[in-house]
This record gives sequence, structure tokens and C-alpha cells, in this order.
Amino acid sequence: MIRSLLFFPGNNPNMLINASALLSDALIFDLEDAVSPAEKDAARILVRNTLRYMDHGSAETVVRINSVDTAYWRSDVQAIIPERPSMLLLPKVGSASDVRELECEMARVEAECGMEVGSVGIIALIETALGVENAFQIATSSPRVRALFLGAEDLTADLRCKRTKEGREIEYSRQRLVVAARAAGIDVYDTPFTDVNDDEGIIKDAMLARALGFSGKAAISPRHVGAINDAFSPDEAEIEYAFEVIEAIERAKAEGKGAIALRGKMIDAPIVARAERTIEMARALGLGRRKA
Amino acid sequence: MSKLVGSIKEAIRLAGLRDGMTVSFHHHLRNGDYVLNAVMEQIASLGIKDLTVNASSLFDTHMPLIGHIKNGVVTKLLTNYVSAGIGRAISEGVMEKPVSFRTHGRRPADIALGNTPIDVAFIAAPTADKEGNCTGKEGRSACGSLGYAYADAEYAEKVVVITDNLADTPPASPSIEGKHVDYVVAVDAIGDPRGIVSGTTRITRDPVGLVMAASAAKVIKASGLLKDGFAFQTGAGGASLAAAKFLKEIMLKEGIRGSFGLGGITSYMVEMLRAGCFEELLDVQCFDLDAVASIKEDPRHKEISATRYASPLAKDAAVGGLDVVILGATEIDTSFNVNVHTDSNGYIMGGSGGHSDTANGAKLSMIIAPTFRARLPIVTDRVTCISTPGRDIDVLVTQSGIAVNPMRSELRERLVDAGLPVMDIEELKARTERITGVPKKIRRGERVVAEVIGRDGELLDVIYNVPER
Repeated sequence: MIRSLLFFPGNNPNMLINASALLSDALIFDLEDAVSPAEKDAARILVRNTLRYMDHGSAETVVRINSVDTAYWRSDVQAIIPERPSMLLLPKVGSASDVRELECEMARVEAECGMEVGSVGIIALIETALGVENAFQIATSSPRVRALFLGAEDLTADLRCKRTKEGREIEYSRQRLVVAARAAGIDVYDTPFTDVNDDEGIIKDAMLARALGFSGKAAISPRHVGAINDAFSPDEAEIEYAFEVIEAIERAKAEGKGAIALRGKMIDAPIVARAERTIEMARALGLGRRKA
Repeated sequence: MSKLVGSIKEAIRLAGLRDGMTVSFHHHLRNGDYVLNAVMEQIASLGIKDLTVNASSLFDTHMPLIGHIKNGVVTKLLTNYVSAGIGRAISEGVMEKPVSFRTHGRRPADIALGNTPIDVAFIAAPTADKEGNCTGKEGRSACGSLGYAYADAEYAEKVVVITDNLADTPPASPSIEGKHVDYVVAVDAIGDPRGIVSGTTRITRDPVGLVMAASAAKVIKASGLLKDGFAFQTGAGGASLAAAKFLKEIMLKEGIRGSFGLGGITSYMVEMLRAGCFEELLDVQCFDLDAVASIKEDPRHKEISATRYASPLAKDAAVGGLDVVILGATEIDTSFNVNVHTDSNGYIMGGSGGHSDTANGAKLSMIIAPTFRARLPIVTDRVTCISTPGRDIDVLVTQSGIAVNPMRSELRERLVDAGLPVMDIEELKARTERITGVPKKIRRGERVVAEVIGRDGELLDVIYNVPER
């Protein structure tokens, strides 16, 4: 389960060496924007070796490769796929064909090194107006696509609007991506909060993302990981309520009742489904029910 | 007869200082101290030789001392901590006799027992009257507590107070009373206030340090010790301060009211006092100006002597009441022995200070350290120098996992139950070495340049010279 995704510049060994200590559910090793053209080779080698030699524990490993309109992306795929990352993050996805182009290359390299074809997933980074409009097609373009990811910095440049902390300008895009991803049955990750010194702001922004339906949120600063993990984890009251819902339903079944109320509210199928997800998530996070 | 004398030189003469005697100094003015250098310069000018200097700590502002060592004015050093410049000279073998390192608690005990008698104590006092009643809370060189100087004042044959703020009337509650003082000297300045606050450290912004700090706070919570009456000390390192910040958040959220905060006191501990985390602060030394202001104004912020702080002879030593202490390490070995004396090249750059005292006294002694610094692993088979014995260390918190001393199985269970990433220290070492490799042992010389004496007076280890390369 991925709540937080933390970016690491692919050419910074000091950061890469402690990546797994920073408590992020997913680690994104960046070969794209964080790395200047002159450093692309070095970063590719460093990230390849990081994946090969470092133990990342339970964290998912993601590599942001260069976009399919660059001269770098095929070399990225060739170097990275054999190290079996969990997923590649493809930037600037505008349409389903971008994903399919990557998918073909990934399949070729997987086959070449004897890996099961399809074993490495794709996260599609949507950061253009075209990408937002094509979100559902992108989400359903390949079984490898595990999630959509909103990149608000490039997107707002493309939309020709100012990126603000409040984020009114990306409201539509956020909601469009959540709907597209959920319709496709995949996860969806929110754009990073970019003010590394605003400890209150990140909490607010992460809570908003969760309220909108995002599965998790990316971070460019390790200091944001805690706030994101907290925002996307069920709290004690939610866990307690989920258990009560399940108990109520079981009681109803045992008593042969069709419907039942809890705390004055009818329990229906969506509430049960949500309670089941909450309990599943709590178990995955090792969060127990509060002891009575 | 007036105690006021015209100069430091005159005081030295009147005190009867001769070849082979012992002089002492405290370190409350830290790296801003002028007094030790001024006194030693006058001693040297009088042609006195073969002295023992017993200084609670030495900083690099005291580098002229190395010249006095080379000239035979000083032939023996007793101290609890030295900073890197002094340490390097010692490691290079500047002294014939080994330096004797003690802890902040052992020093006053050995002074009281007569093991390390002092002939003349020189006490830098930010404010004193003509009888030698002193306080560190007033004056332009205010440093707050004078805790380390109490034993010197009480037991030295002669006591010379040196001040740059001679008051007409005695301070309201003197730290050191005139009854112990033989001579008072007024000078232009006893120190540079900017250097006096050299203990100031900021909360770390390093993400790895913050992860360790958050983990440390979780360990404290899971230990079962965090409840009303909780007593706490933390070091002034960036990660230790961050741990205190996280701990404060937990205490405020859960409404836990501690009893006392102890130690060298920083602004962060003052904040915890003001926020209601503690009933009182017990302060043997102020690390920054906020602490100095607080000890002056807030009656809950109390000055204590080094004896009350940590002496093994004191029946009320505050370290014995500690629940938790957070400490640092330059190395820790698989038997949990900790080194805070030498750096990775074997040069002396520190000392125990209160490290061993608090580790010995506290119910839970925690080391916070990254598994490696630069490319060097911190966990080793055997530390270069045992500063604090492993039997007094309960838990090591790193960015990659938490190791519990096997003697504390109950603590280990609690941490595992809380879902914390507990692993054997050997496992932590092995994991780190998979990244860093195993460094070659540093080459040490054959000459003992320092001995390390523990809180209970036992010789814990010796430090060898670093040969020229």
C-alpha cells in the first residue's frame, strides 16, 4: 500500500544511501527533472546500482525515467528494468499511445533478461492539459498502469495559470484524475506540496488530497513524509467505527435482519465496503483496534 | 583584611602557588573564557613550573595551554572534556604524563575524597562582591549556573575569584559563598559573551536526523517510562534536541507532567518547562542565552552543583532520578560500549562530560546515532575507547533500526510490541557493512596519552597516541 512517494535526485548518492530510512512507502529515484542532461548517464548508473545493492525493505521502488519524446528514455528502460523496480514513473503522459510505446520497450527488455513480461508496473504522470483530458484512456491503456499521478507544476504552466498553495487552479484536474483512476480501478497520487518549510501547509494539503479520494501523495521533501502518512492512514476513531460497522452487520446477519442502524445511521453496502477497506488498511499498517 | 587584590599575578603570589602544585578552573564560560589563559600567562611569567591543571572542560580558546605544556609550566592535565584542537595536541603526544579524563560526577567526588587535591582554584565569576560571593546570573558575562565550580570552591586550599562585575553588595542568592573565597580580583573582562553560548545547537534539519529523533521519541513512549513524574535529560546535539521536540509534542498531547529536566540546559528544555512538561529544571550548566535568562528569572529553573548533578558520593545525585537520557556517540560496539572521546582517526575530540554519569543513573539510556557517518560505520566490534561501559547503555536508535541491549529483554519486548523496528546490534552492524564495507583498523601508537576514569572511579580504558603519518 502506497500512501507516500518520496522523490530522490538520481545523482545524489548521499540521499540515495539513506532512502529507505525516510519512512516513505514508495521511493522515486528520479532520472528526469532533477538530473541535468550532462548528468543523465551518471544518474542512470547510480540508480541502477542503488536498486542492485541497497536493501529498501518494504518500500516500493519507483524510477522516474525520461519522457518518450526524449533521447534518454530507452537507455533508462534498458538500464533499470533488469534491476526489477516495482514501477516506472513515466512523465508527461499525454495519451494512451505514450504508455503503449513504453510498454513495448519494457516487454522487450523484460524478455531479454528472462523476467516475466509485465512484472514491472507503470505510474502515469499526468502533467499536461492533454493528459488530463485523456486521463481515463491513459488509465486503461495497459494492465501495467497501476496508478495515475498528478504533476501540478508542469500542468499549471501548460494551463497558463499561476500555481498557488491553495490549489484552486488544479481542483478540476485533481477531481478528473481521481474519477478516471477509480473508474479504471487503479490508484491515484496527488502532486507534491512544494513549500518545504510550511509544516502546517503540508498537513492541510495532504488532508485535502485524501478528502478528494487520492490514494496517496508525493513529496519532494523527506520532512513531508510523516504528514502524508498520517493523512492517509485511518485514525483510531475511524478504525473503531469500521470494526463496529462489521460487528453490527454480523449481528444483523445472525439475527436474520436485512438492515441495521449504527449510531443512528443506516448501515448500507457502501459503508460496509468502506469499513472493510479501513480495516484492511489498518492491518496492513499494523494499526490495531484500540483496547477497550 | 580586604580580599580584593590588584591583579591576578598578585593573587597567585598571595595564594602561595609553587612548582608542582595543582590549579583548577571551571568551564561555564566555554569557548568564550578569558580567565584560564590570563591566569596561566601570569603563572608562566612568575616562572612557576610542573603544575597540574584540573579543568572541568577545555575548549579551543584555551590553545595557549599547549604552549605552557611545551614549556614545562604544565605537566599534568585532569579534565572531563576537551575540544578538538586541544585533543589533537594531546593525541600527538604533547604531554609526557597521560591526561586523566573523568566524568562530571567523578570530578567533584575525587576532589572531595582528596584523590585530586586542588591547591589554588581560580573561579571566573560574572558577578562577585568584595567578599567573593559569586553568581553567574548577573553581569555582562552572565553564564547562568556555576555548578561545576562548587567543589573547587569548597575543597581547594586557596580560592581566587576573578570577576568583571564587582558588586557593592552580595548577590541575593550567591552560587558560591564568600566563606570559601580567599582573594577577589577585578578585571576588565572574564570572557566573550558570544563564546559563552557556544553550546547552542539548533534542532537538526537533516531528514535522517529527524527520522532518528522521531524514532527516539517513540522508544521513550513505548518504554512505559513516559508518565507523570517523568525525569529527562538530553544532549545538545541536533538530533537529541529534535527528539526532545517530538517528546514535548507527545507530552503535551497526552497531558503528561514530568518532574524535572536535567543537565546542561538549552532553550529547548526551557521551552518544555514553560509549556508545562516539567515542574522544574535542574541546571548544572547553561548552554545558551535563553537558559541564562530563564535561570535568572524563573524560580522553577534551579542551579545545582556538579555534586548534586552526578557525584557518586551524593545521596541525592539527580542523575539517579532520571527516567530517560538521550546521548550521542562517535562509535558504539556490539557490547554497547560507547566512545565519545576519539574521532574516526583516533584523535581525542571530546570526553565523557555527563555521558557516563547519566547513562549510569538513568532508567533508560538511549544513544542516537546514524549507522554511518560519511562512509564510516558507527557500530564496531570494539570501540577505540570505552567512554561509557555497555552495561549502562540500554538502547541504540539509528535511522535503520533500533538495537536493545540484550540485558534489557523486557524493554526489547515493549518496543517490539509497539511495532518499532528492533533488531540485534550485530544485524545492524552487518547491514551497515553491506553498504560501507569494513574499514581497516586505524593504526595507533604505543604510548598512552590519556586514561579514562568512569563514574565509580574505575579505569575504563586508555587512549594511545596517534603516530605521524
